[in-house]
Amino acid sequence: MDDERLDLPQGALDLLILKTIALEPQHGWAISERLHQISGATLQIRQGSLYPALHRLERRGWIKARWGTSDNNRRAKYYELTQQGRAQLGDRTDAWRRLTTVVGLVLDSR
Amino acid sequence: MFSDVFHRLRALLRRTTVEREMAEELQFHIDRQIEAYRRLGLDDAQARRSTRLAFGGLDQISEDVRDARGIRWLDDLLRDVGYAFRTFRRLPGFAAMALLLLALGIGATTVMFTVINSVLLRPLAYPEPDRLVTLHGFTEGFGESWGASYPDFLDIQRESRTLTMAAWREGGGTISAPGDPEYVDGRQISAELFAVLRLRMSQGRPFLRDDDRPGASPVAIVSDSLSRNRFGGGAAAIGQRLVFEGISYTVVGVAPAGFGLDGELEVITPLGENTEPRMRNREARFLHTVARLSPGAELSEAQAELAIIARRLAAQFPASNGGRGMRARPLQHDVVGDIGSTLWLLLAAVALVLLIACVNVASLLLARGVSRERELATRVSLGASRARVVRQCLTESGVLGLTGGVLGILVAAASLRPFVVFWPGALPRAAEIQLDWRVLLAALALSLASGLAFGLAPAMRVPMGRVEGALRGSSGTIVRSSRRLHSAFVITELALAVVLLVSAGMLARTLVTLASLDPGLNAHNVLTARVALSPSALGTPPEISAAWQDVLDRARRVPGVESAALTDIVPMREGENSVPYSISAAMPPPGQAPIALASSVTPDYLKVMGIPLRAGRFLDEHDGLGSEPVVVIDDTLALHAFGRRDVVGRQLWVPTMGAPVRIVGVVGHVRHWGLAGDDRSRVRDQMYYSFAQVPPSLLRTFASFMSIAVRTNRVPLDIVEALRRDLRGASNDQALYDVRTMEQLVSGSVARQRFLALLFSIFGVVALFLACVGVYGVLAYLTSQRVREFGVRMALGATPRDVTRLVLRQSLAMITVGAAIGAAATWVAGRVLLTLVDGMRAVEVSTVTTTTAILVIAALIASYVPATRASRVDAMTALRQE
Repeated sequence: MDDERLDLPQGALDLLILKTIALEPQHGWAISERLHQISGATLQIRQGSLYPALHRLERRGWIKARWGTSDNNRRAKYYELTQQGRAQLGDRTDAWRRLTTVVGLVLDSR
Repeated sequence: MFSDVFHRLRALLRRTTVEREMAEELQFHIDRQIEAYRRLGLDDAQARRSTRLAFGGLDQISEDVRDARGIRWLDDLLRDVGYAFRTFRRLPGFAAMALLLLALGIGATTVMFTVINSVLLRPLAYPEPDRLVTLHGFTEGFGESWGASYPDFLDIQRESRTLTMAAWREGGGTISAPGDPEYVDGRQISAELFAVLRLRMSQGRPFLRDDDRPGASPVAIVSDSLSRNRFGGGAAAIGQRLVFEGISYTVVGVAPAGFGLDGELEVITPLGENTEPRMRNREARFLHTVARLSPGAELSEAQAELAIIARRLAAQFPASNGGRGMRARPLQHDVVGDIGSTLWLLLAAVALVLLIACVNVASLLLARGVSRERELATRVSLGASRARVVRQCLTESGVLGLTGGVLGILVAAASLRPFVVFWPGALPRAAEIQLDWRVLLAALALSLASGLAFGLAPAMRVPMGRVEGALRGSSGTIVRSSRRLHSAFVITELALAVVLLVSAGMLARTLVTLASLDPGLNAHNVLTARVALSPSALGTPPEISAAWQDVLDRARRVPGVESAALTDIVPMREGENSVPYSISAAMPPPGQAPIALASSVTPDYLKVMGIPLRAGRFLDEHDGLGSEPVVVIDDTLALHAFGRRDVVGRQLWVPTMGAPVRIVGVVGHVRHWGLAGDDRSRVRDQMYYSFAQVPPSLLRTFASFMSIAVRTNRVPLDIVEALRRDLRGASNDQALYDVRTMEQLVSGSVARQRFLALLFSIFGVVALFLACVGVYGVLAYLTSQRVREFGVRMALGATPRDVTRLVLRQSLAMITVGAAIGAAATWVAGRVLLTLVDGMRAVEVSTVTTTTAILVIAALIASYVPATRASRVDAMTALRQE
C-alpha cells in the first residue's frame, strides 16, 4: 500500500492544507475528507500524517487552532488561516504554478 | 518567530495539557472515521481495522506530532537528566565521590579565576578606562621609571595634543581640627585629575585651575568617609574649615565614595599650591601621572608625540633631561603591577588539580561504563540509535559536571574572602574582587566542558559492532581495551601529580634557601615606624632639626629602648632614594652613571640595625653642616666602583650632595630589596650620609620621609603603645604610622614565595591523594575483572604471592611510566617558575628524585590493597562465578 501512494513533494501537503481551510475553519477529519473527495484515489495521504503538518503550521503561525463543537456535538479542534498564512498561501500557490509549468515544459520538450 | 517560540514554550511548560489535547484531537478523528466507514456498511470490527489502516499507527503519529512541535530533543534531554539523577541516587558512593572531586576542582579554579578576572581582566572603575594611560620616564641604562618632575609635567601637559594630563603625589599629613588629631593618607593633585578620570564629585566641586597655583587660597577635597566622620556627611562639609598640616583649608568638595588612586586616601589638596624647591627641580621625579587619550587619538600617536616632546626637553635641558625618553602605558597595567604572573601561576596549578580530578571522575565513569556495557548493548539492540545512546551517556556526565560546578561555585563563594585576606600584603583592587556573571558563566561552562570531556571516553565505548558479544558476556575484548584506557588515566594522573609535587618541592627549597640568606642586618628586636612631626614644628630649619632631636630623645627614654635612630628609608619597606655617583670629577653623561641607594641617617643607625662595620668609622655627631661632607658606603659599592674594600679616605662625586664627598667607612651590604629580590635589583650599591648634613632648605621636604628605628631589649611590639604615647610631643599631635618590626619586614619580603610554597604544597598533597585514589580505584576495578583469570591461574598452581606480584607488576609499570613522563614535564614547569618567581632556584635532581620516590611509594601502597585482595581469590568460587 505504501508503494502505491503518490509521494507528495516537500511542502505540497502544507499548501493543500492551507488551501483547504482558506474558505472556512475546519477540523482535521474534515480536512482529510475534503482532500480525499477532491483528489479521489490519486492522492493516498495517510490520514495521520496530516497532524504533524498541522502542528508544524500552527507553530509557524500560518494557521491557528481553536476548540469548537462539531456537527455531532463533540469538542473538536478547528484550524483557520492567519493573515500570515493567507499571504503564504498566495505566494506558494504562485510558486507551485510556476514550478509545475517549468517542470512540464522541460518534460515535454524534445 | 514569536508564534514559534510561544508554541514551543507552551509545549514545554504545559506538557500534560498539550498532550491531552493532542490525544483528544486524534481520537476525534479516529471516531469520525469509524463512523464514516460504518455508514458505508462495514461492521464495527471492519470499520476499526480500515480506520487503523487509513490513519496509521497512533503511537507513531503521536511521536511525529511531538517532533513537529519542536521540543523532541528537550523531551529526551529532560528524560535523560531524570534518568541520570535516578542512577546517581542508586549509587550514592560513586556520585558523592565524583561530586566532591569536581566541587573542589571547580571551586578552586573559580576562586583563582575570580581574582584574575577582578584584578587583571575587568576594566578599572572609570569611564572608558582603556583610554587612560600613565607616563613613564625612560633611559637607556636603567629602563623605565615611573616618576615625572613637576616642570616636565607642566611642559608635557601644555604641549601634548593627544593627551589630557593630570598628576598627583603623596601628601598625607595630620588633621588637627575638627576632631582629634590624626595622621591620614592624602594626595596632592593637579586640577585636571577628576576631569581626566571623568569622575563626578559626590558633593561640591573639583579643584579649579585657579586653586592649583602657588599663593592660591588653600582649598581641599575630603573623602566620603572623612566627610561623614568629621562633618556629618552629605553637603555639610562644603565650606567648612579643615586644619591639615597646620594650614587651615576650606573644604570645597567631597570625593565619590571609595575613591582612591593607589590606595585609600582621606584628604586631597592642590598640587600647585606646593612651594617646595623640588617642585621646580627637573631632576626630582616624584609625580605620578595619569592621562586620557584625546578623542580620536591612538596610543601610538601619543607615543610618537611624547618622543618628540622628550627630545625637545633633552635638547633644552641636557643636564636633567639628556638621554631621557618618555613612554605612555595603559593605566590598568600600572595599577595591577607584577601581581599578574603570580596569579596566572596559581591558576595553572589549580587547573592541574582540576585536570586530575576530571581524570579521576573519568576513570570512575569508565569503570561503571564497562559494567554497564550490557545495559547499553541491550538498548542498542532494541533499536536505540548509537547517537542516542552516546547522547544519554554524555547527558549523565554533563549532569554530573554541572552539579559539581554548582557545588564548586558555592565552595568558591565561601572561600573567596578568606583567600583575599590570606594573600600576603595588599592585593591590588582587593575591594573589587567578587563573583560576577562572567565568572559564573565561565565556571558553568568549565564544569559542563569537563563533564563532557570525562564522559567522552566512556560514551565512545558504547558498543555497536560487538552488540552480540557484549550481550553474550564474552567480555574479554572489552576489558582489554578498557585496561589500556585505564592505564592511560593513571599515567596522566601520576604525571600531573609529579609536576605539582616537584613544583611545591622547588618552592619549599627556594624558601628555605631564602630564609637562610643573611639580610645584612640583625632584624631581631628592632621596631620601625614613620613619624609625622607636629605641623607646628615645621617652621624654620633649626626648629625642624630640634623637633627631630626631641623625637630621638623621647624615644630613648621609653622603657625597653636600647638605642634609637632616624632614617629616610627603611630596608625592605617601600620607598627609596637612588642617586647617581662617580669616582672622578668627570661625571658620565646622564643615564650612564652608576646609581646607589642613599640613606640619610643619624649616628646610632648602625647600632640599631646591627649592620657590621667593615672598615673605617660610621657617621657620628661630628658630621654636621659645618664639617666636611662624608659618606659611608657598603662593600658592594666599594667592590663595584673601586674593585676593593679598603677605600676609606677616597672621594666620591655625588651631584645631589654637591660633590665631592669623603668616604669615611665601609659597612656590610643590606638586602634592601628583600631576601628574594635583592640579587636581581637594578640598584645594589648603597651609601649612608648624615641626616645632620641634609641642606637646611630640604629639611621640610625630608620631614615627610623620616622614620624612627629603635632597638629594644624586649619583644618590640610590646613597646609600641608607650612609644606612640611618648612621641606625641609637646603639642600632643605627633603621630606614628606604618609601625613594623624588622622581622616582619624581612619575612614579608619573601611572603609571596611563602604563600606560593604553601598553596603549591596543598595542591601537591591533594594531587598526590587524588592520584593514589585513582590508582587504587583503577586497580581494584581491573583486578575484579580478572577474578576468573586469577582463579584459573591458582587452579593451575599459582600461589597467592604469585598473584599479588602479578598485580603489583602491572601497577608498577603504570606508575613508572607516569612518574617518568611527569619528571620530564617538571623541566618545563621549572622553567616557568624560574622566570616568574623572584629568587627561585633551578630544578634540582634531588628534589625531583625525592618527590617522585614519595609518589611511587604512595602509589604502590595504594595498589597493595587490591593486589592482596586478588591473591585471596578462592579458585573454585572464581571459576563458578560466571
